[in-house]
Amino acid sequence: MSAISREDVAHLARLAHIEMDDAELEKMTGELSVIVDSIASVSEAAGDDVPATSHPLPLQNVLREDVVGHTLTPEQALSNAPDADEDRFKVPAILDGE
Amino acid sequence: MTELINLSAAALAEKLRSGEVTSVEAVQAHLDRIAAVDGGERGVHAFLHVNAEEALAVAAEVDAIRAAGGAEADSLHPLAGVPIAIKDLIVTVGQPTTAASKMLEGWMSPYDATVIDKIRAAKLPMLGKTNLDEFAMGSSTEHSAYGNTRNPWDLDRIPGGSGGGSAAAVAAFEAPLALGTDTGGSIRQPGAVTGTVGVKPTYGSVSRYGAIAMASSLDQIGPVSRTVLDSAYLHELIAGHDKRDSTSLTDPVPALVEAAKAGATGDLTGLRVGVIKELTGEGYQAGVQQRFDESLELLKAAGAEVVEVSCPNFKYALGAYYLIMPSEVSSNLAKFDGVRYGQRVLPKDGPVTIERVMGATRAAGFGDEVKRRIILGTYALSAGYYDAYYGSAQQVRTLVQRDFDAAFEQADVLVSPTSPNVAFEFGSKSDDPLSMYLNDVATIPANLAGVPGISVPGGLSEGLPVGIQFLAPAREDARVYRAGAALEKLLEDAWGAPLITQAPELAAAIEEGAA
Repeated sequence: MSAISREDVAHLARLAHIEMDDAELEKMTGELSVIVDSIASVSEAAGDDVPATSHPLPLQNVLREDVVGHTLTPEQALSNAPDADEDRFKVPAILDGE
Repeated sequence: MTELINLSAAALAEKLRSGEVTSVEAVQAHLDRIAAVDGGERGVHAFLHVNAEEALAVAAEVDAIRAAGGAEADSLHPLAGVPIAIKDLIVTVGQPTTAASKMLEGWMSPYDATVIDKIRAAKLPMLGKTNLDEFAMGSSTEHSAYGNTRNPWDLDRIPGGSGGGSAAAVAAFEAPLALGTDTGGSIRQPGAVTGTVGVKPTYGSVSRYGAIAMASSLDQIGPVSRTVLDSAYLHELIAGHDKRDSTSLTDPVPALVEAAKAGATGDLTGLRVGVIKELTGEGYQAGVQQRFDESLELLKAAGAEVVEVSCPNFKYALGAYYLIMPSEVSSNLAKFDGVRYGQRVLPKDGPVTIERVMGATRAAGFGDEVKRRIILGTYALSAGYYDAYYGSAQQVRTLVQRDFDAAFEQADVLVSPTSPNVAFEFGSKSDDPLSMYLNDVATIPANLAGVPGISVPGGLSEGLPVGIQFLAPAREDARVYRAGAALEKLLEDAWGAPLITQAPELAAAIEEGAA
């Protein structure tokens, strides 16, 4: 286990799409380090022979017949959108224009 | 009207059936109670939204059906007309759903959760939406973007979390029933610290369709009430297979009401109760431990065989939970990006690209605890650390499940204190995330393994409620109702009345509300 640096947190914040100012990064770095230290023992709990369990139940794909069922109308789907136009969600530019 | 709000859901339902009172009267009594104690500077603040008009309309519909009599009246659900409060993490048409986050301020769901479909079909008037820690992340309801909920037993203390609003609404007689969600204890721990009953059903036995996901492999919707029997009624109503939830069990709904009634005879002859060695003693407040020990004596006197069981890997459960849960959080909350719903925040300066809008929106929309968990989850899942953190945590999940399997070979149900401490004062742990996380140490193993659990009021320590938790194997929810109802009966016989009648500030608030 390695310590978490401020640069690590800044990188994680970028990955998670959360803007953080310097003060937030500083605070988060300290808190995360303490939390990660406290849960480090988890990595020593099980040997290689213990299988991982991702879920309380055995999961399987659930399929349905390919028939049209009840779905939201375009009006319902767009009713909470911050911006919409012609039955579509309207988003800011994907690419930086500069 | 005070007597109407003091009734259990089962007792109120009986009065509605007999025609002694109407549902409109019952709903109005609870709305009056909410108006009297929920608002203002020292209000309980259990509700984020009150749904008076619709609740009264549903109540009037039930009353009209009963008045007309005939087959439709006969086929009404036993709880028809009994009001209920809904945790604001569960989506509802016609009322806002915010998850107590600024991100979803004012959001109106275009569809109902499956549990809401069932509540509408059974005609339970919905009083409104209850407060929670933002996106259900916390153990104190101090992380709500809309202010704290207060514990009705002591208004300066936390009501537990994340379902503090649902528990406080029921404890303060603002609703006889409520729905919560339990990811690491968010129904049971608030139940414990408010002197109410909270149940986490077997994972997959109640549909999660329409519950805003926090950690999908752990989340479970469940009932909150003042009696074990009331939770059994509500649990039976909301359980069952749902094809819209791919993790929904196909098993028939167990006879929980019957189990609660059998338990209420107070006879536990033949029941093997396992005390989980690792969930007692060190780390548990002395008063909590004392109440727990006294409950064990009562269980023995009622015929239960009490044995000690060891779950050696439970010591890793909290750590594993705080890796698995944030990992799933980081994925589940990626959808809150300012595109399809919720608020959209534009960057203060520079180019307005989607990436920068997402960053600004999520920075402004999420509170500190949510950000902390998203970042922790992103870290646990990142290249180079995945095996050490997430992979190891999933192995611990296997070990915890094996511990449960071994323990359930020795005992029919397991028992522990629900929370290591009574309700703490606001702010006392808010700067120390680790200390806050320890509140869920006794409830988390059940979520990792998917087994059912109940918290029942176990007495007072320092004048504040202590909870006793029973756990059973997956799909054996009836066992926790039998054991929970038995302990409830034995304790109430010892006290001479339900625990909730011993709440001093609550009693004063009741008088004020009634005045």
